[in-house]
Amino acid sequence: MNDCVSVFLTGVGGQGILLASEIISTAAMLSGYDVKTNEVHGMAQRGGTVIAQVRYGQKVYSPLVMERSARVLCAFEGVEAIRAAHYLAPDGLAVVNQYRIIPVTVSTGAAVYPDNIGDILKTQFPRLCYFDATAKAIEVGTAKAANVVLLGAVSKGLEMPEETWLEAIRKTVKPKFIDINLKAFAAGRTAV
Amino acid sequence: MKALLSGNEAIARGVYEAGVRVAVGYPGTPSTEILENVVRYKDVVYCEWSPNEKVAFEVAAGACYTGARAIVTMKHVGLNVAADPLMTLTYVGTVGGLVAIVADDPGMHSSQNEQDTRNYARLAKIPVLEPSDSTDARDFLVAGMDISEKFKTPVILRTTTRVAHSRSLVELSERVEHEPEGFKKNPPQFVTIPAWARPMHVKIEQRLLDMAAAASVSPLNRIEWGDKKLGIITNGIAYQYVKEIFPEASVLKLGWSYPFPDDLIRQFAAGVEKLLVVEELDAFIEEHVRSLGIACDGKNLVPNVGELSPMTLQTIRAKMEGKPLPAFGPVEQVKTLPPRPPVLCPSCPHRAVFAALGKFDVIVSGDIGCYSLGASAPLSRIDTILCMGGGISVAHGMKVAGEKKRVVGVLGDSTFFHSGITGLLDIGYNKSAPVIIVLDNRITAMTGHQDNPGSGATLMGEPAYQASIEDFARACGIKRVFTIDPLKFNDTIALLKESLELPEPTVIISRSPCIVNDRTALKPPLKIDPAVCKRCKMCLKLGCPAIEFTNGVVSINNLLCGGCTLCQQVCRFNAIS
Repeated sequence: MNDCVSVFLTGVGGQGILLASEIISTAAMLSGYDVKTNEVHGMAQRGGTVIAQVRYGQKVYSPLVMERSARVLCAFEGVEAIRAAHYLAPDGLAVVNQYRIIPVTVSTGAAVYPDNIGDILKTQFPRLCYFDATAKAIEVGTAKAANVVLLGAVSKGLEMPEETWLEAIRKTVKPKFIDINLKAFAAGRTAV
Repeated sequence: MKALLSGNEAIARGVYEAGVRVAVGYPGTPSTEILENVVRYKDVVYCEWSPNEKVAFEVAAGACYTGARAIVTMKHVGLNVAADPLMTLTYVGTVGGLVAIVADDPGMHSSQNEQDTRNYARLAKIPVLEPSDSTDARDFLVAGMDISEKFKTPVILRTTTRVAHSRSLVELSERVEHEPEGFKKNPPQFVTIPAWARPMHVKIEQRLLDMAAAASVSPLNRIEWGDKKLGIITNGIAYQYVKEIFPEASVLKLGWSYPFPDDLIRQFAAGVEKLLVVEELDAFIEEHVRSLGIACDGKNLVPNVGELSPMTLQTIRAKMEGKPLPAFGPVEQVKTLPPRPPVLCPSCPHRAVFAALGKFDVIVSGDIGCYSLGASAPLSRIDTILCMGGGISVAHGMKVAGEKKRVVGVLGDSTFFHSGITGLLDIGYNKSAPVIIVLDNRITAMTGHQDNPGSGATLMGEPAYQASIEDFARACGIKRVFTIDPLKFNDTIALLKESLELPEPTVIISRSPCIVNDRTALKPPLKIDPAVCKRCKMCLKLGCPAIEFTNGVVSINNLLCGGCTLCQQVCRFNAIS
């Protein structure tokens, strides 16, 4: 594929993945890049895996990311990081939330949630940023801002200036949540 | 001004810019967000959710007869429902422009089949336009209106999931008004009795030839000359993957793919050494190219099942070049991971109905909506799903065939209004005795909570009459009609038991709000007392995402629990409070 930058986001429905994708694409647009994104809707949002993809550069054709090409993989949940590992470029940065959401398949005994996620992540991702974004989000005021905490870490793996990110957040989130999200973003940037 | 718009948002913008007066449809992924965005312009565009796609199509037809520009939106299977008005409107023709936006779902992200809508364009002898990104989506909606009015034909704008739900930059324009002149009486034009319909058919065959000539010189179809060794004919989202993976090739991008632009196809084929057709699903373009006597590669290399991706194209390229195939796919460890399929939400009232049905040896005929998730383990309480409304009629069919087991039909409120009523009329008329359960959560939930004739509001935000499912059932001749709160679990089971034993039909309206839509229905989370819990796992059989079982301990995730108390009611040890 051409020299576009690709970001792959994954997690579980309700974790704020689509907002994170919107902030990244807004930052890229503000930087003057061509941008494309893709999101899942419908059936997949009922507690299933949710994926968002962002690509930006001088000219973007495909909204879908090629396997082994993403510069950053951002996983909002541990198991989902491994499920999407094949999208990350060999030298890419993996930002993974230290947070578990137990699928129903585990509670019914049909499957097992691995108890060594941290170890699997280390063998899988040479450049790994694995931290509790939800805890950091609670520190700044609300667990819901975990998505923007993760984004702070993601921003360290992409070459857009910090001020552009902050402007993208101001343009994207509701006015009354701007301050808390700016704090969440700053907390995430210190995690890498 | 530039904006980053999804394909659906861009179509909505096109609707506004093209001076459309009437926008109607029925929700269906991936088409739903079109009308949800058009309604932002409700001061100048009338918008409605119709009860089903057939009605929506007829409403759009009536609007266009007055000279107003109109659109109708639906997902691919919706066009099956609307096929009747489509197939004759093509004879009548349009006055104001009419564009039917039909969203296909290759890969079946959220659908029961992956039919290719382009075949309907050929069947109806009308144009199909296929955008490749959001700018195309806006432009083609506007161009579709012009084509519709110039050739007096309905036009299909066919998107796919990856066009509808991808965002890209769009340069916005202003609205250009199109004043309708009002309906002008002319029976030979609008009345399709045989004597007047016969000349209409002659007319549309000529129209097809005229449009093929126009498509060959339309800016919607374009040749991008590159290396002449390989020429690729492509359409829709596949164009984007072709440009990524075959950047050097010559490309014929078909935005107006039917009627086929024969002259342009011949010109392109003559200019390249080798020709490849890359299209998702059916060999629609490829078969036509071959019928022109032009040799090409196509479905011998490109899959006709599922959606394409950059990876598919990379594999095709490797095959063509005789190189080793790239090793795509998840990492090895994925095999050990727990699957995460979609499930009914925590506190979803539908769960109580499926759990109650689990107490009986019955066949359950299901329908299209959130409740299709009742088919998944551990509930596993749906045995068939065919189509919207089929929940009722399939149950009737089993009964009249003499099926020995008791049969229950399950469908939602929106699906009942969509096409369940006619099935129930059949049961009342032809006297079979299934139990029909209408899961009435007062909203069209699966597609993202759209209003419907039972919800009490219109798409434009005005209060509306709430159609009564009870009255419909009685009007169909059903005498046993009950409305229950399914979360009164023992009562639900008792009514089912009584109804299943009777030789007459029963309609049970299970009325409880969708907790995702109506947050006021949420109650404080419950918790399990580990000292009392005997780990019998009865609560886990409900398949509630809020009930977790890890390291031998059953617990309730208080961030997910909505306090519906169903687990409390199935617990035999009073461990949940």
